[in-house]
Amino acid sequence: MDMDAVFKALADPTRRQLLDRLFARNGQTLGALCAETKMSRQAVTKHLVLLEEANLVATQRRGREKLHFINPVPIHEIAERWIGKFERGRLDALANLKQKLEREDK
Amino acid sequence: MSSFVYVTYIRTTPAKLWEALTTPQFTRQFWFGIAQETTWQVGAEWKLVGSEGKIYDTGEVLECDPPRRYVVKWRNEFKPELKEEGYSRCVMELAPEGDTVKLTVTHTIDRENSQFLKAVSGGWPKVLSGLKSLLETGKALPEIHGK
Repeated sequence: MDMDAVFKALADPTRRQLLDRLFARNGQTLGALCAETKMSRQAVTKHLVLLEEANLVATQRRGREKLHFINPVPIHEIAERWIGKFERGRLDALANLKQKLEREDK
Repeated sequence: MSSFVYVTYIRTTPAKLWEALTTPQFTRQFWFGIAQETTWQVGAEWKLVGSEGKIYDTGEVLECDPPRRYVVKWRNEFKPELKEEGYSRCVMELAPEGDTVKLTVTHTIDRENSQFLKAVSGGWPKVLSGLKSLLETGKALPEIHGK
């Protein structure tokens, strides 16, 4: 897998937002993804193509619809590369702590 | 309906990948010690069994077309609230692409906000990374400690 393509795809805030929206609701059509944004259909299509080339989005046909799914596998591979086996537990604990404290702030 | 679609590209052949997915000794090396137990005949019973013999999930082989595709009916067996959601459907597709094989896992259940699918989805990326590592380097990922 080409990691450069993954980092390049993730470097853009619009593409990260598209991934966030698929994370919140998986398996959306292009139409649904366009409905909540001010971007043109072509712009959204271009971003989705880049995400698919980086293997961060997988598409499937269901009848007449083409659905987009978030594919977290390359992100997991990035984590595997740099997160050592002994650090995992502590990182989880830190992430939980941060999440909990920041939620209490609000 | 809730679905997950996971895709990974592995530098191997469809035959080797098929063997890794369907041979229990091989599967245990990358699937946290778990293996699929079945004859792979359409209609055959299918079980996901831990190394200590614990049955995690059960179901049935719906389609089997080696080394391209298999489909299983899949239900949780050890958590009542997940078992209660009923059967899901898991499709594994292997397609050669250049010097790699594209493996697509599609897991679907006919209900919104499925807790079962949420539980399964967390495990897949780890299993797929382990599988990729094993086939490409001959080594499974180290066990994750410290949890």
